[in-house]
Amino acid sequence: MGRRTLAAYAAVYMAFLYAPIALLPIFAFNDSTVIAFPLDGATTRWFAALTAEPELRGALVNSLLVAAASSALATLLGICAARASTRHAFRGQRAIMGGIMLPLVLPEIIVAVALLVAFIQLGLGIGLWAVVAGHVLICTPFAIAILSGAFGALDPAMEEAAQDLGAGRWEAFRTVTLPLVMPAVISAALISFIISLDEFIIAFFLTGAEPTLPVYIWSQFRFPAKVPVVMALGTILVGASVVLLIVAEVFRRRGLSRSGRRDAGGFL
Amino acid sequence: MARSGFPAPSSGALLIAPPAIYALALLALPLAGVVALSFFTQDRLVIDTAPTLANYREAAAGAIYRELLGRSLGIAAAVTAVTVILAFPVAYFVSFHVPERRKSLWLFLITIPFWTSYLIRVFLWKVILGFNGVVNETLLNLGLIDAPIQAILYNPTAVVVTLAHAFAPFAILPIFVSLEKIDRSLLEASRDLGEGAVRTFVRVTLPLATPGVTAAALIVFIPVIGDYVTPRLVGGPGGLMIANMIQTQFLRLNNAPLGAALAVISMASVTVIALGFVLLARRLSRGAG
Repeated sequence: MGRRTLAAYAAVYMAFLYAPIALLPIFAFNDSTVIAFPLDGATTRWFAALTAEPELRGALVNSLLVAAASSALATLLGICAARASTRHAFRGQRAIMGGIMLPLVLPEIIVAVALLVAFIQLGLGIGLWAVVAGHVLICTPFAIAILSGAFGALDPAMEEAAQDLGAGRWEAFRTVTLPLVMPAVISAALISFIISLDEFIIAFFLTGAEPTLPVYIWSQFRFPAKVPVVMALGTILVGASVVLLIVAEVFRRRGLSRSGRRDAGGFL
Repeated sequence: MARSGFPAPSSGALLIAPPAIYALALLALPLAGVVALSFFTQDRLVIDTAPTLANYREAAAGAIYRELLGRSLGIAAAVTAVTVILAFPVAYFVSFHVPERRKSLWLFLITIPFWTSYLIRVFLWKVILGFNGVVNETLLNLGLIDAPIQAILYNPTAVVVTLAHAFAPFAILPIFVSLEKIDRSLLEASRDLGEGAVRTFVRVTLPLATPGVTAAALIVFIPVIGDYVTPRLVGGPGGLMIANMIQTQFLRLNNAPLGAALAVISMASVTVIALGFVLLARRLSRGAG
């Protein structure tokens, strides 16, 4: 295949990837309760209707709390694992890292079912905290993937130099290494936040009576009249995600250039 | 965090302890709990812990479970094939034809749709494939059809299309990484020795890209089995998958032990198929090399 054929194919493929997101704002502004073509003129009433949804506010607050907690915990665990695997050799390294990275390929329903069984059997019940427990599991591998890039690229000589100059291990890490990997830490935290905010399957099993935003959206799909409002909400969410992603990408690249490595590209 | 004075190996162990303990306590032990539960029975809300194979017998005897599992594996295999085949040329294009400084921009653009609201994306596929949907309207306007096609939504094909979209970056990124690792001078050598572009691709590029293709196939195939949103929204009754049944057993029918048995059976089937696939891919790439 020639270069031009491939380029044309890549363009069509990108159109396929972006088709749903491109349609979202079209239906969010379409003046009809039916989500279909032909369109019926523009309106902003679906966005205005969002303010009149009492449950939406609660779901949004729940989701932000869960995402903030999951992101903080996953990033902390990610820092430990990324530093351990890039700077140290320890017994059973491959098996342990494999276990920690496993949720990346494990179907989410399996994680959800396993935690549901465990929490119910232990008499702990379920709730937002249980969603956090599950989201930390699935966010940590992504945080590790981002952080390993930054930790792996770092020259160990810098931290050793600080120790030679009299700094303790922890002090050397805090004053030398941490500032250098800070952009990657921020990037990992943002990506974890986005994953948690958007996650539905685990949240649906573990959230109990307090819905997160995706669980709320799922419940709205049952009411055809509510769907245009969901499209408006989706438009705002996609806009917010794209902004967060751009910030995360800028920090990830800054982290890589700060530690002096060429960008290999991609989050995964 | 490690303090001064620890020798390197133990400070590595100290650092890995928190994430390792977390994964052990909240993943390994709960998974073991699911396996244990699959040997129990449940009467309303009371779990009877006398070990029995009753759930496995029920799962094996029920035609509905066999059908759902078979269909799920079939859909997962189709999604994997479609996703990897569609993704390969894109990964190849970005690796071989996009200028170095533009590559990360392309990868970023490929991953953006993946990070944005999963539920709403799946719902929009329902809109795209529906009776008054984008596909039908376009075909009608182009005069290619006289009436909307009803056969494109609420069936396994719709599930495959939607999941091929959802898992696109999972396929593109591993293939891209393995293509990036290929030493370009090998390709030149092949051409210098008189091989054509097609034969160079088949005999040099493709075998060297096999690890990436294998990784892509696994990272798509395994999670697809666990999706219940896509089958529910676009699959119709004929497109439901085993995860829908697992969800129903746990959350609606209060038969967690049977749900656990179905989850164990699904994961065991997926693991066996994945291992077989890895062995096959290894043999093939060795045969080619």
